[in-house]
Amino acid sequence: MKKLMLGLAASLALAFTGGAQAQGTYPTKPITMIVPFAAGGPTDIIARIVSEHMSKTLGQQIVVENVAGAGGTTGIARALTSTPDGYTIAMGHLGTFSAAPATYPGLKYDPINGMQAIGLAGGTPILIVARKNLEPKDLKEFVAYVKANPDKLNEAHAGVGSVSWTTCTLLKGQLGVPKLNAVAYRGTGPALNDLVSGQIDFMCDQIVSVAEQVKGDNIKAYAIASAERSPALPNVPTTKEAGLPDYQIEAWNGIAAPKGTPKEAVDKLVDALDKALKDETVKKRLLDLGTVMPSAEERTPAGFAALIKRDADKLSPTLAAAPK
Amino acid sequence: MSEMISHLTLGFGVALTLQNLALAFVGCLVGTLIGVLPGVGPIATIAMLLPITFGLDPVGALIMLAGIYYGAQYGGSTTAILVNIPGEATSVVTTLDGHQMAKQGRAGVALGTAALGSFFAGCVATVVIAALGAPLTRLALLFGPAEYFSLMVMGLCFAVVLARGSILKAFCMIMLGLLLSTVGTDLETGQERMTFGFPPLSDGIDFAVLAMGVFGFAEVLRNLENPETRDVVKAKIGRLLPDWNDIKQSINPVLRGTGIGAILGILPGNGAVLGPFASYTIEKKIAKDPSRFGRGAIEGVAGPESANNAGAQTAFIPLLTLGIPPNAVMALMVGAMTIHGIIPGPQVMTKNPELFWGMIASMWIGNLMLLVINLPLVGLWVKLLQVPYRLMFPAILIFCCIGIYSVNNQPVDVAFTALFGLFGYILIKLGFEPAPMLLGFVLGKLMEEKLRQALIISRGSFMTFVERPISAGLLVVSVIVLTIALMPAMSKKRDEVFTE
Repeated sequence: MKKLMLGLAASLALAFTGGAQAQGTYPTKPITMIVPFAAGGPTDIIARIVSEHMSKTLGQQIVVENVAGAGGTTGIARALTSTPDGYTIAMGHLGTFSAAPATYPGLKYDPINGMQAIGLAGGTPILIVARKNLEPKDLKEFVAYVKANPDKLNEAHAGVGSVSWTTCTLLKGQLGVPKLNAVAYRGTGPALNDLVSGQIDFMCDQIVSVAEQVKGDNIKAYAIASAERSPALPNVPTTKEAGLPDYQIEAWNGIAAPKGTPKEAVDKLVDALDKALKDETVKKRLLDLGTVMPSAEERTPAGFAALIKRDADKLSPTLAAAPK
Repeated sequence: MSEMISHLTLGFGVALTLQNLALAFVGCLVGTLIGVLPGVGPIATIAMLLPITFGLDPVGALIMLAGIYYGAQYGGSTTAILVNIPGEATSVVTTLDGHQMAKQGRAGVALGTAALGSFFAGCVATVVIAALGAPLTRLALLFGPAEYFSLMVMGLCFAVVLARGSILKAFCMIMLGLLLSTVGTDLETGQERMTFGFPPLSDGIDFAVLAMGVFGFAEVLRNLENPETRDVVKAKIGRLLPDWNDIKQSINPVLRGTGIGAILGILPGNGAVLGPFASYTIEKKIAKDPSRFGRGAIEGVAGPESANNAGAQTAFIPLLTLGIPPNAVMALMVGAMTIHGIIPGPQVMTKNPELFWGMIASMWIGNLMLLVINLPLVGLWVKLLQVPYRLMFPAILIFCCIGIYSVNNQPVDVAFTALFGLFGYILIKLGFEPAPMLLGFVLGKLMEEKLRQALIISRGSFMTFVERPISAGLLVVSVIVLTIALMPAMSKKRDEVFTE
């Protein structure tokens, strides 16, 4: 009897601890969030803002680790091939999750089928901007002008695989001028410089980088490729209003984990991300960066996965065919 | 003028926060600490200490780096005076009279004069940068890819001409640097180049890895083969502050040195290195009794040290306004800025004015701090000079390894650093200066980018470089510089300057 009691107690204890593990001990140690770009870049800043608050909810520190390389694919590959236990996650963006499969033929991960999406952390609107003395006055004229003079114009971007390259390649694909002269820069800062000084005719870039120059009238913005106008530049029409409704693209950053990460961990991470995005301080810091806060749907794994798939489908044909 | 004052006010507002003051202080202190080690010059010091700034915000990091830079410069002078080992080319001149003064028991005065002269030069140079920064940045808007490319060609021509040793070797090193910079993913096409299918190379060779290997590790290796006998001055350090007589003797050399250094420092292609040599030559020429030089003449310390510091600072001008590093130290600064997400160039001043002016203000603060913290600590530095190699070198190496690992958290980076260390050692043994290589490496990426941009915009026509007047002018200057340097009469003179 005594033995039986002991056995029962032991199995009960086991059941309890086992049960407890299944219900809520994650996380028991610090979590690594891999950021596939150098510290200080836009993705890194968003990762640090969000992870700081998520650490509070989870009760364990999220350590941001910068693993840069190959347009962000090195770091994402490392994160997604690590043990799926919820202790290694990654913050990637439009490029690493939606564009990479079509951009990098030898990609070592599959963001569509081989990844556990967690949620979107924020979107950044894309603007079509041009040097201030470029002839066309609005987007309609610009479209006609580009189609009529594809050999005369120069477009700037921040290197193959970058957001500016990805989004502008999509634009050129839609306008039927995929071969239009593209000038590569190391980063959008120098590209913008040459746009201001008129060496280059136009580019597509995130609102954060160009807003200041648009406000200062150093360059002109034809349209914003989002569903709604941005409070940062209320005078710039959306592509829908301005006559290019199909050109809808946003640069976004979101969190993902390796495929097979336990549901408990996924749920807790989703919850922590949601709480972080609802926090007023976090929200303000993200809005200051020009971020569009993700919808309730996009904060869920299913919603984020759908976004990744949607943008991948949109981008793949043009990117795969693009002259690189 | 009022614009300049308001800018400087903004800058001092940034630099005088408690955090940034502390960072400048720590930077100066640590910079001196490493820079004072024999054989370790400013480049090696900055390369080694770069990683400790990674956790900071960009403004703080650059302020600290600037502090490290001045600290290392000053530390180098201390070693030059006390041990007769110059940390780098620019303090070679300081050993001539500085060490002699030390042997005569006037080490303190030599150190004090160097510090005071440097401080004065630093003050002047700060004002020069503040005054020239804004107009030069506006000028930068006239620069398109073609102009930038030609400007860098000119910079590299100067770098070849001004490098120590043979012109051919310097040229080879710059070419090697340019070649190394092409490893990695092609910017225009996304193709991998010279990576041998090895993933860690797909983003190119990391700047910090190359710099720390070739300068940090290789310096340690090179120093290991020297026997551990150091000519540390046995005589007393003596009083630090120069007396009235010393001041009277040094004041004019300091003024002249500052002027010469400040002007030469702005030149692309390491003009700063010429400052101390030029100043020393001039002081010796105009002295009533030139034979005193080389035997502990205070003018021979005051002038070159001022020129050195003025040039070290005005060398920031091409970097901050055009984004083009004029020498290897500034190339390191580019690396540091890029790591912090700032791309050096004219946009820095408009986009991050607090960074731009904060850094300029912190230059002056850094100079002041050196004066305040280093003079009382001279005794400590002397002790440090006596630390045996067997303790010092393992510590340096471990520190470097941790630092390099922390950049990207990639173990392979540490292996690469070790490899470059060996490579750098071989270069030194064969008489090749690694500094031009580093400059070539940093400029290489920029040059390729600008060359291809210019050619894409011109639809493939090379005439764009000659048709655009500014670009053509810069190329003409490059040709003239090279021709003059290669003329037999000049190259003989050049050898004299560098051997003296």
